[in-house]
Amino acid sequence: MLEIQKISKTFNPNTVNEKIALKGLSLVLKDGEFVTVIGGNGAGKSTMLNAVAGVFPVDDGHILIGGDDVTRLPEYKRAAFIGRVFQDPMMGTAASMGIEENLALALRRGQRRSLRWGISHKEREQYRQLLASLGLGLEDRLTTKVGLLSGGQRQALTLLMATIKKPRLLLLDEHTAALDPKTAAKVLETTESIVNRDKLTTLMITHNMKDAIMHGDRLIMLYEGQIVVDVSGEEKKRLTVEKLLELFSRASGSDEAEDKMILS
Amino acid sequence: MSLNPLELFAQLPGAVAQGLIWGIMAIGVYITYRILNIADLTVDGSFCTGGAVCVVMLLSGYNVGLSLLCAFLAGMLTGLATGLFQTVCGISAILAGILTQLGLWSVNLNIMGKPNQAINVNNYDLLVSLRYLQEVLKGTRPFYWSPILVAGLFVVVIVGLLYWFFGTELGCSIRATGTNLHMARAQGINTDFNKVLGLMLSNGLVALSGGLLAQYQGFADINMGRGAIVIGLAAVIIGEVVFARIFRNFALRLLGIAAGAIIYYVVIQAVLWMKLDPNNLKLLSALIVAVFLAVPHWKKSLTAPFARKGGGRDA
Repeated sequence: MLEIQKISKTFNPNTVNEKIALKGLSLVLKDGEFVTVIGGNGAGKSTMLNAVAGVFPVDDGHILIGGDDVTRLPEYKRAAFIGRVFQDPMMGTAASMGIEENLALALRRGQRRSLRWGISHKEREQYRQLLASLGLGLEDRLTTKVGLLSGGQRQALTLLMATIKKPRLLLLDEHTAALDPKTAAKVLETTESIVNRDKLTTLMITHNMKDAIMHGDRLIMLYEGQIVVDVSGEEKKRLTVEKLLELFSRASGSDEAEDKMILS
Repeated sequence: MSLNPLELFAQLPGAVAQGLIWGIMAIGVYITYRILNIADLTVDGSFCTGGAVCVVMLLSGYNVGLSLLCAFLAGMLTGLATGLFQTVCGISAILAGILTQLGLWSVNLNIMGKPNQAINVNNYDLLVSLRYLQEVLKGTRPFYWSPILVAGLFVVVIVGLLYWFFGTELGCSIRATGTNLHMARAQGINTDFNKVLGLMLSNGLVALSGGLLAQYQGFADINMGRGAIVIGLAAVIIGEVVFARIFRNFALRLLGIAAGAIIYYVVIQAVLWMKLDPNNLKLLSALIVAVFLAVPHWKKSLTAPFARKGGGRDA
């Protein structure tokens, strides 16, 4: 479903702030595969996700989604294929607009925005059901401004928005990192159930190694802009944090991983 | 020196009529300032462009409807210029507006051929005029010619159209663009296109307002738009402060903005009636707007001293 072919990205090239973020990274995701992504700060996790989403152009390489080469498509056009949830709960929703208005915007992802009315009556019923499935009581607050919701409620809503129109690819960028542990677990649970229900091809970045091991059917670890660990199937199921750290130090040839990763 | 309340009272109809005409302009400012979250300074130029196009076309013998339509379209072109500066050229919103505004100075002079172009209400069929207002008050002209009624009708129709437009899929996507660029792009919204469209719509309305004001006062002047953005902002802020608690509905809020413009002109009229030197009006306007902009900021920092900065809105 997703094919990343040797993409490279350098920020601020030829300056003192030069930062090589991705070094010829390649990755292929099968249809319906749920991949968790881990790595230390500056390993290139977010850069990889943003490159796929089209936030910035890559210097080199190609990105294919469902066979379509999207390397040169601007962000808003790629959005037709991609659902996204950001780390910052503020980023994924329009705060000054109502819950139903946000969902209506998301339902029309990838469509031309016409002069038809922004929300139809038929949709409202669908929204109510979807919101009810979150179990947050949002189904009775369709017109509430999203700005009044808590971070967890917003992330759950963003998750609905990202998946209300089935995307070819779901990108989750540490979408539980800004939440308290209890809320984070709840949002993660919702994520898992939506991904399983719709068999979504998913890339999920997380800071939490346990989450990375517990969820998904494949795990990759980034280090200095490249994939250094890639486990799936039975091996992934038997993975432990200790095992993962060992894999990492062997792949990167250093022990610095230990404290860096454990601390984060 | 004595202050005669009757004198002030006599000035009120004029203030209301002017306020309504400026109200259309303020609604244009609302589109950029509140909906798109952009402070667009193009309006100081496009207001005059509207007046210039309208007056020159009327003088060339075109009817008033077509002249106003062309003023609106000319205003949209000025918005297009600013929009392209922002999106294609990557110039910051404030600077893009200033550039267009400066350029429009020459454009407006070229349209009018001279800095001031008068139009005599005796020789041309105008839609609104100070003369009509006086005649209606004297009873020598039927009431429906009152500029208050005509300008009011404009406001109501424009608010109705905008209420519809910002409820459509396209309109909603423009609101999302103004609220959160990241979210808008992630939902497949062409934010650049929407910004340009919003700026065009806004400046179209501003120019339409300029066309009406030029008729009302009987001339278009190269300086008629100077400081227009401040008057527009004043109307937006007054309208919000006075009506925000009462009106939740979008259409009513827009009407509140127009009412804000009326209040502004009534206040100005009252200040003039108190024999303030008119040269100091602009200073007064600037100070009033500055205070109204500062108050919400102070309120926030007083009530939540340790609140995290930023958040909420994305630039």
